[in-house]
Amino acid sequence: MIETAGLRKEFVVSAKVGKLRRERRVVAAVDGIDLRVERGETLGYLGPNGAGKSTTLKMLTGVLTPTAGRISVCGLTPVPQRTQLARRIGVVFGQRSQLWWDLPLRDSFDLLRHIYRVPAPEHAGRLAECVELLDLGPLLPVPVRQLSLGQRMRGELTAALLHRPEVLFLDEPTIGLDVVSKQAVREFLTQLGRRGDTTLILTTHDLADIERLCRRLVIVDHGRVVHDGTAEELHSRYGSRRRVVVDLDEPLAEPVTLPGVALESAEGLRLTYQLVDGTNAGALVARLAAAASLRDLAVVEPAIEDVIARLYARGATG
Amino acid sequence: MVETYLHLLRATVRAQSQYRLSFAVDAVGTSFGVLLDVVSVLVFFRVTRSLAGFPFREAFLMASLATFGFALADLVAGNVDLLRFNVRTGRLDALLVRPLGVLPQLLVLDFAPRRLGRVVESLVVYAVGLGYAGVGWSPARALLAVLAPLSGGVLYGALFVAFGSVAFWWIESAEFANGFTYGGRDFAAYPLTVYSGLFRRLFGYGLGFAFVSYYPALALLGRADPLHGPDWLGWCAPLVAVAAALAAGGVWRLGVRHYRSTGS
Repeated sequence: MIETAGLRKEFVVSAKVGKLRRERRVVAAVDGIDLRVERGETLGYLGPNGAGKSTTLKMLTGVLTPTAGRISVCGLTPVPQRTQLARRIGVVFGQRSQLWWDLPLRDSFDLLRHIYRVPAPEHAGRLAECVELLDLGPLLPVPVRQLSLGQRMRGELTAALLHRPEVLFLDEPTIGLDVVSKQAVREFLTQLGRRGDTTLILTTHDLADIERLCRRLVIVDHGRVVHDGTAEELHSRYGSRRRVVVDLDEPLAEPVTLPGVALESAEGLRLTYQLVDGTNAGALVARLAAAASLRDLAVVEPAIEDVIARLYARGATG
Repeated sequence: MVETYLHLLRATVRAQSQYRLSFAVDAVGTSFGVLLDVVSVLVFFRVTRSLAGFPFREAFLMASLATFGFALADLVAGNVDLLRFNVRTGRLDALLVRPLGVLPQLLVLDFAPRRLGRVVESLVVYAVGLGYAGVGWSPARALLAVLAPLSGGVLYGALFVAFGSVAFWWIESAEFANGFTYGGRDFAAYPLTVYSGLFRRLFGYGLGFAFVSYYPALALLGRADPLHGPDWLGWCAPLVAVAAALAAGGVWRLGVRHYRSTGS
């Protein structure tokens, strides 16, 4: 569905040096990205500010011309075949609207039908579906400028899907949204991803988006891919560990030791164990239950934030 | 395709009709503009009987041609100077991901109906100018009387687009662009013979302003060119307009390729 090879985008930045002199410097925002995305995949594109996420997305959608490298999206080359490609992709830029500010939300959907030349019955069906899933019914007669950010984002999602795109690009779709709206957007995207007929490419800062939505994670830093795989692969590669936290009714008579398990901390009656390299929690829990009576027990998944923070820190020093 | 743009145009008008007061204020404001253009020519004839060899009725025809052509261009393409806002706010990104040309989208979405007032007024002035100039009418001249302001409109429109696209490279280029577009209107408001040397060659022939009013007016009036140009130059305005439009289209496309977008 999407294929890039050696994708690169340079910008010329000019900075003031002294009073009159300006220094021109070439900065590579995207520095050789190779990516292959299959139909129906949901891919999370992750990176710190300025890592080149948006620039990559803009090249994939035909907004920006790459400096070098090859891109193919839906079998088309984005910039020269921009309008052809536009019919087959949907784009939601978190900070750019596709809606008509001064007109009722319904009018925007109608105008988009004309822009994409979608047959009326097909459009109506698709719209009805989105209206129901995103609870847009009461918002249709409201002018877009009066919608809250969360309401508007639900409108943007609908706007991007009315022409049944094969690929949906989302640039920071949950940025600035409150918890409830974020939840609604994620819920909707999860359902869309599950159906498997739409490829989803999502850039975000919000790791919760990624954990909820994406099986595959591509992490970029300084314009390069530093990880491409599942979240589990990321954890095993960077040594993050699951933990077992138990609260006991009484202290243990003697410490519980098992291969692949390390005691991380003991604070009063609360013990925290680390599970090394894919060890299961079952054996440890069974041993603990036999050794003492347990008040509470939790298996804590590693936080993706921690891994990524470590990854960026490494990139910054290295 | 045309139907799509008509839908978009109607939406723009509907959206703007929500701001009636601002529409009224703008419409009144721009109508003073046309009056000012005409008055500035009248002023000269308070002190002289002829302007660089042309009596008032002929100079007035030229001024009215320039004003009308410019008003047409301003109505259709004047909003290209909003490109810098569209670049800065990232709205251009949103337009680029739609299956339509960016330029027609911008022209339609930023369309300002208030500029229609200016077109109507300057059309009246042009009609008065034609009547007053004493044109010896023939079918060919009637056709030219229609084509000349349209060609002028296309030429000015091409300049709006060409100089507007400079904003792709240099965002704060509006003043630079205005120098050529509004400057071009003022240039064509007076007979070409007013100017001399490099200035005449550069703006009159280089940018084509001589074909907005001066040469078509000569052909309409049946006058020989005091600058000794051949008579057929009077009929060249449409060709100049087409050439300018093609060049402007090229510059625009180059600009879109160079578009850098902004921020996230």
